Amino acid sequence: MIALLSRDLKLSVRAGGGALIGVLFFTAVVAVIPFGVGPDLNLLARIGPAIVWIGALLSSLLGLDRMFQTDREDGSLDLMLMQEHPLVLTVLIKCLAHWLGHGLPLVIASPLLGLFMNMDEMAIGATMATLLVGTPALTFIGAVGAAVAVALPRGGLLVSILVLPLAIPVLIFGVSAAYAAVEEPAPFLPPFLILIAITMFFAVLGPLGAALALRNADD
Amino acid sequence: MKYAFYVFTSYGVAGVMTLCLIAWVWLDGRARRQELAELEASGFRRRSSRPAPETPDDMGGETKA
Amino acid sequence: MTESLAITKLSDLANPTRFMALVARLVPWLAAITALLFAVGLYMSFTTEGDYQQGDTVRIMYVHVPAAWLAMMCYTIMALSAIGTLVWRHPLADVSHKAAAPLGAAFTLLALITGSLWGKPMWGTWWTWGDARLTSVFILFLMYLGLIALNRAIDDPSRAARVAAVLILVGFVNIPIIKFSVEWWNTLHQKSSVLRLDGPTIDPEFLRPLLVMALAFTLLFFTLHLLAMRNEILRRRVSAQRRMSARIASRGDAA
Repeated sequence: MIALLSRDLKLSVRAGGGALIGVLFFTAVVAVIPFGVGPDLNLLARIGPAIVWIGALLSSLLGLDRMFQTDREDGSLDLMLMQEHPLVLTVLIKCLAHWLGHGLPLVIASPLLGLFMNMDEMAIGATMATLLVGTPALTFIGAVGAAVAVALPRGGLLVSILVLPLAIPVLIFGVSAAYAAVEEPAPFLPPFLILIAITMFFAVLGPLGAALALRNADD
Repeated sequence: MKYAFYVFTSYGVAGVMTLCLIAWVWLDGRARRQELAELEASGFRRRSSRPAPETPDDMGGETKA
Repeated sequence: MTESLAITKLSDLANPTRFMALVARLVPWLAAITALLFAVGLYMSFTTEGDYQQGDTVRIMYVHVPAAWLAMMCYTIMALSAIGTLVWRHPLADVSHKAAAPLGAAFTLLALITGSLWGKPMWGTWWTWGDARLTSVFILFLMYLGLIALNRAIDDPSRAARVAAVLILVGFVNIPIIKFSVEWWNTLHQKSSVLRLDGPTIDPEFLRPLLVMALAFTLLFFTLHLLAMRNEILRRRVSAQRRMSARIASRGDAA
């Protein structure tokens, strides 16, 4: 298990690994917003947490088909399916590796992007915290989509379409919590806790669904 | 009726949608049946619609592989 | 090959040919009853009183609520079919959830549109993004579209069915959220007044047309679903025939 984790991590950080591309895409999305919306700093600060979250969501969706695609191409997916270890655990480990390689960099990059959007420290901190807790949920949900589309040639786009409906609540609660921390009357903890709950819920449902999909995808 | 527009549009959309669904199901069914008829006309029979055992004929277009 | 087409056991339904025969017998009746119920329902919808507060827009409820119920019921039927696909590899289960997806999408869209048309005069807005029920029904609509896309993307029908089944089951979490969203959150959308533990709070004057229309729509759905399943079975037969003929043709060339 540890071997699989470290292998996946090394692969994702490598040149073609995609972790860096994910961060670059994230940066591109957020950097483009001020150009489109205009230089009004107050406006940017107001929409900042939402834009950062949307950028992270899109970047996560982008990197999802990578989760199982490379394994399928070099045959290691078949090896994983033949293991004695329960496939659910294997998928869980892959999700963890994927998040460490793709999601965590997004979280780490978010303060810088918060500065692009003229957010203050409180907003940046809250956004970073919600991203930290919410991006694993995106990975777990995304695992199901990635597993479903693993054998399709242009699977990447389809994965995004399939994953998006379930990812919307994560976005909603993440942004809601981030804004709550900035605006006084709204409480931060309830949406934050719900976000954690969603992550934990999908930590179970995601790998289960993905394992089931992987088993059924080949025949 | 005060809000006539909204009420009638709602029922109108419902009606149109219902008709579209019925049309889709009906037209799709017709197209499939046509395709099956064309295939049967060109000589291929479904295994279960063969009337009685015939002498084996490889090139006769029987579906038994 | 003159085995009886009678349906003696429930498991006989697994045979597609018997299923087709059942559909052929059932659909005319279902269609007739549906049409009758719609006639009665529409009459009741337009002749009962308007609401004290909402006026005549309450009549929109007689289309909007059945459409919404159907949107959820269709997904539930798809989920049950998905279990049939994954657990029993039942061939008709595959056909069932594939055929139901476009129907579910259509009814969800209808619910959203009629909801907007009701919301504009009542709440003053066509839509609001802050409402949990509106958002979760919109998510349901996206899920239906995704499933339709998935079914079209995978060529092998049984693989497509199994993979779609997994997705349907994972997405089923949305259904309780839709149902309970009005209870759990402060929503613009009104709370449940029909399907409640304590019984309906809605006035019988409005409940009667609502139930008649709901029944009419439900039977409409079942009629369409059976017909769509039949079409899907025909589609699979056509492609099987084509593959077979291609195989024979290539054997003929080789010989």
